[in-house]
Amino acid sequence: MQVATGISILHGIALGKIRIFKHPEYVIDEKTVDDPIPELNRFEQARLKVQAQQQVLYDRAVAAAGEESAAIFQFHADMLDDDDLLDACKTIMVEQHHTAEYAARQGFDNVAQMFKEMEDPYFQARSADVIDVGNSVIEVLLGLDTDSLQGTEPSILVAEDLAPSETVKLDKSLLLGMITREGSSNSHTAILARSMNLPTLIQCKDISDDWDGKFAILDGYNSCVYIDPTQDLIDSLTRKHNEDLKKEALLQELKGKTNTTIDGKTIKVYANIGGPSDIGSVQANDAEGVGLFRSEFVYLNSKEDPSEEMQFQAYKRVLETLAPKLVVIRTCDIGADKTIDYMNLDKETNPALGFRAIRICLTRKDFFKRQLRALLRASVYGNLAIMFPMIISLREVREAKEILAECKRELANEGQKVADNIQIGIMVETPAAVLCADELAEEVDFFSLGTNDLTQYTCAIDRQNAKLEPFSDTHHPAVLREIKMTIDAGHRHGCWVGICGELGADLSLTETFLRMGVDELSVNAKSVLPLRKAIRSIDLSKPASTAGQTE
Amino acid sequence: MKEFKYTITDPVGIHARPAGLLVKEVKAHASKVTITTADGKSADAKKLLALMGLGIKQGDTVTVSIEGDDEDAAAASVEKFMQDNL
Repeated sequence: MQVATGISILHGIALGKIRIFKHPEYVIDEKTVDDPIPELNRFEQARLKVQAQQQVLYDRAVAAAGEESAAIFQFHADMLDDDDLLDACKTIMVEQHHTAEYAARQGFDNVAQMFKEMEDPYFQARSADVIDVGNSVIEVLLGLDTDSLQGTEPSILVAEDLAPSETVKLDKSLLLGMITREGSSNSHTAILARSMNLPTLIQCKDISDDWDGKFAILDGYNSCVYIDPTQDLIDSLTRKHNEDLKKEALLQELKGKTNTTIDGKTIKVYANIGGPSDIGSVQANDAEGVGLFRSEFVYLNSKEDPSEEMQFQAYKRVLETLAPKLVVIRTCDIGADKTIDYMNLDKETNPALGFRAIRICLTRKDFFKRQLRALLRASVYGNLAIMFPMIISLREVREAKEILAECKRELANEGQKVADNIQIGIMVETPAAVLCADELAEEVDFFSLGTNDLTQYTCAIDRQNAKLEPFSDTHHPAVLREIKMTIDAGHRHGCWVGICGELGADLSLTETFLRMGVDELSVNAKSVLPLRKAIRSIDLSKPASTAGQTE
Repeated sequence: MKEFKYTITDPVGIHARPAGLLVKEVKAHASKVTITTADGKSADAKKLLALMGLGIKQGDTVTVSIEGDDEDAAAASVEKFMQDNL
């Protein structure tokens, strides 16, 4: 077995035979000809043929990857109308009596060289486009067949580099993956590979012609390729590949569908995220919104207290990208198991019951205001909801809201815009909040049940203490009753109620939660579609089918 | 001859796509349109590769000069095009 590494463009696995993708080698004759007219005609015919090809590639790329990725082929077609380039080629044929092939090589290479010498990387990269088009013209002139390079059976293509036109020309039904020695993650090939969802490895320096015809596994997760892999590897990566396929099939089947039970009840399924880098998974898994955006990342990823501006940029990015989807951002939940040096928090003997979350925020008002101002400023870029964690009393909610109102007034005086439809909610994760839910509901738009902390506080079970495992029950009836009480209290006062803790993704409880009347479940992005599938198979008009009921 | 200055706001500058569109826009008029950069390099705006060869980036200010029978109409439409696309 041989292992070669590269840079992975896509997390995915391809298993199959290697096909070395190589252009036929040719030498361009430097001979001169007496009569330039036939050469001029040949050149013109080749030019028109390649231009027409580029139009076909453009249409194909639009269909496969969208207009943005396809635009490059419009550039290729336009290039073949450029007077400077065409005049240069004609001059070589008419004055130097060279062949059309020779003229094309010289003419296109000169333009490519011009781009190569430019400073800006964008313009430098265009040199590959010019060479690509030039090669196409020459191959047409030489009558070379480049359509059969891919072979006739499904394979992983291995090439020195793939030009954009080559990538698009490939028959996708025969393409398992791509490996190139060159290429950058911003090249058109990489962009197309991403939009065509193909496992692809670039910058794989060890590719070899000897691989041709051998069985290989391209492991995009680990950025490597195994040539002649061991049976163990084949087994384990086949399993992983099958999981991917299953997920992909589920995605295709469920994408765009609502979370509706057989008898017609629809709830929302949102995703929990930890930072702007998770935006992609929200979209890929078709979550309707974000039910819990843990804002801790802005604090944990920073060496010092993060500025308002830095936070604003991060929140703005998430809201803007996901608009018009609702994004529930939970304010700072530092403390307990999440501590940070610059916060200078005292060591506590009982941190879970200690100085954390909203308790820190209401004590360190300036710190809290920086986050609230950043959130308010970002609100105009999307659909924001603000959620306060660790609430135990009405006083805390009122105080937090008063500070928020103060920030709004300040921003208005500074002439900054703030959205006027921002929802306000709280985490219900303490027994105190459950028991005061009726009063709290009067103050807010929504409740989100944090079942992990709620279970720990209700059962007095430290969730990090492994010794308590035999005593812990994630479906403890007390917690399920609290969830029901919270939903009922919320509904009495016009609040929507969701669950953002781990129980939300527990499929054995989905029917129970639906019967309780939950409005929203927020789960890890990868659980969104399995949950949607479960919801769509439940029929609430029939007698309850699961255990774990509240009564 | 008509002339105006324009500062590029597109993050990638005069890249392939708007350059191609600009060439088409200019070709719709009889006038000769020349784009000159701050450091004095210039290109005929009917020539795609020469135009891209100027390597015009975001923030660069260029001078656009238009000369010909339809220069008034050409200047107006080229300026509008640049505002919309660049």
